[in-house]
Amino acid sequence: MAPLLQLVDVERSFKVGRALVRAVDGVSLSIREGEVLCLVGESGCGKTTTGKIAAGLLHPSSGQVLFQGQDIWRMNRQEFRRFRKAVQIIHQDPYASLNPTQTVASILSAPILRHSGVHSRHQARQRAAELLATVDLTPPEDFLDKYPHQLSGGQRQRVSVARALTVHPTFIMADEAVSMLDVSIRVSLLKMLARLRDEMGMTYLFITHDLAVAKYFAWEGRIAVMYLGRVVEVGPTPELINHPLHPYTRALLSALPEADPKATRSKERVQLRSLDVPSLLNIPPGCSFHPRCPLFQEGLCDVQVPVLKAVDSSVEVACHVVTG
Amino acid sequence: MQPESSQANHARDEVVLSVEDLWVTYQARRGTVKAVRGVSFELHRGETLAFIGESGCGKTTLGLALIRLLPASARVPRGKIVHWCDGLPCEVLTMDERALREFRWRACAMIFQSALNAFNPVLRVWDQVLDTAQAHGEGNPQVVRQRMLELFRLVQLDPERVMRSYPHELSGGMRQRVLLALGLLLGPQLIILDEPTTALDILTQRSVIEVLRSLRSELDFSLILISHDLSLAAELADRVGTMYAGALVEVASVWDAYYRPHHPYTMGLIRAVPTISGARQDLISIPGTPPDLIDLPPGCTFHPRCPYATAICQKEEPRLEAVGVNHQVACWNWQEAVRDQGARLAVETGI
Repeated sequence: MAPLLQLVDVERSFKVGRALVRAVDGVSLSIREGEVLCLVGESGCGKTTTGKIAAGLLHPSSGQVLFQGQDIWRMNRQEFRRFRKAVQIIHQDPYASLNPTQTVASILSAPILRHSGVHSRHQARQRAAELLATVDLTPPEDFLDKYPHQLSGGQRQRVSVARALTVHPTFIMADEAVSMLDVSIRVSLLKMLARLRDEMGMTYLFITHDLAVAKYFAWEGRIAVMYLGRVVEVGPTPELINHPLHPYTRALLSALPEADPKATRSKERVQLRSLDVPSLLNIPPGCSFHPRCPLFQEGLCDVQVPVLKAVDSSVEVACHVVTG
Repeated sequence: MQPESSQANHARDEVVLSVEDLWVTYQARRGTVKAVRGVSFELHRGETLAFIGESGCGKTTLGLALIRLLPASARVPRGKIVHWCDGLPCEVLTMDERALREFRWRACAMIFQSALNAFNPVLRVWDQVLDTAQAHGEGNPQVVRQRMLELFRLVQLDPERVMRSYPHELSGGMRQRVLLALGLLLGPQLIILDEPTTALDILTQRSVIEVLRSLRSELDFSLILISHDLSLAAELADRVGTMYAGALVEVASVWDAYYRPHHPYTMGLIRAVPTISGARQDLISIPGTPPDLIDLPPGCTFHPRCPYATAICQKEEPRLEAVGVNHQVACWNWQEAVRDQGARLAVETGI
């Protein structure tokens, strides 16, 4: 099956003062319909920029974004409008992403009236109530006339999801959508998002810094690990978590503290050669991980940029030393 | 490694801090916020005690209260905080300014969440170190410098470089380690860490955790760790206190807390966090949201969210009771919860 969304050698730079920061450097990814792709990496690795490019919020400096095979930046207005409706975004901070002066009903009605062919306020309100039920805010009547400040963080994030669903999207880009929520409510939001995938065939680009959340949410999907603007490893979640190949992925997994005292205290750690994270203004030549990499080979890793190569039918790694 | 037996190491029984029935309230326009409600615990020499709980459960307020750094709007209507130094009890809540200054930093240091905001951005690290030392009566720059260089080495920083740096020239992890070293400058016996790794990347988090671990074994101080992050407590704690709505609902050794929790809330918290090792486990969420600290539910504050709640839970608040060696729980129905191992929590419920 052709991928729903494809990034082809996407690059994006930002001007910072006189310098040029390359936030995303040659990223290629493809997401099939109904698939969950998790983008993980540490802060500043370019995962949010990549997400914004995928959702059509940012223009790539070079490279292509294909939606159903069509370059989104060469679409005509009508096609682009269709793309915008098909792709919706859930932001990290549910306190900032909802208009504080509007009730839940009006937050949801606006896009329904504008985009869904519903023309009466009454019908829009009914549709809003249905959507609230879909995101488990029940009974909906209790929530329709509330303002965001009357809701908890978890409830607000559900309203953001309901708002995304008003225009019947096929693809949701969720950027750290659960990281601001308390642990006791995080899981129920993840379960709700998973249910949308099962029931509506929703496709997700799920961006998170939390590998354990990625493992939980994308178990049937894939994870892509980013480091300093490049994808260093992609693979099906169980493989990537249980048999990581790239030294960076291995280091991350071995360093991760876990909520299990025995497991976390007896884990074998990958020793890095350096603790310093290079600045984006000064990305090391060759493989950008080489100054920290325990498998570093002089004359190779610091000279040549490794490309993402298929190790088997599903796993791809960008490393000179580990090749399978 | 035999993890289950290592807990005996700190049981040197010497108490360094004991807190008794501590209450902290804030006055808000809507009413009185009961942020800490009747917390009692003891901390032993060399021990690490972690307070876990979700946002708004009162854990940071508790930390601030321990060194009397509460904002002006806070009140301590009841309670006792006793710090034992050289076998003598010192009442923290009734100390005068001079004794308090001596107590802070020299006896007890608190290291805050945001490592960037803790520094003055226009002063070099060395100037801030010296300021701190002089404010606390350590006037000889040579002595301070020697001690600081040693501490920077302990936290794996390049001492000379860091001394000359401005805060913005250091990365987040480095700043956190500078703060740690600075906290240790006057050799306190007690360190309070509030969310020490929250804003840090995984690899940096790991280095901070390892540094903490080695510092602890080298310098032998007691540690109070405040974190919403259950994995940090799993890494470092000897004992874990679960907080809910301002009260301690369970205190247990780290092994009991994670593998044999007795309070339904602790059970729920632990099973809400995904892990990387092992198979993909089924996670649960706790229905409802944490209560409003101004308008607490009657009886046990957890009862509206608890699948084990019975009639008594709505009327009377349970007190901490001993349920095993070093294990206390405040729950009317812990026996029931332990019997079916929290099975009722797993039942799917809405928000």
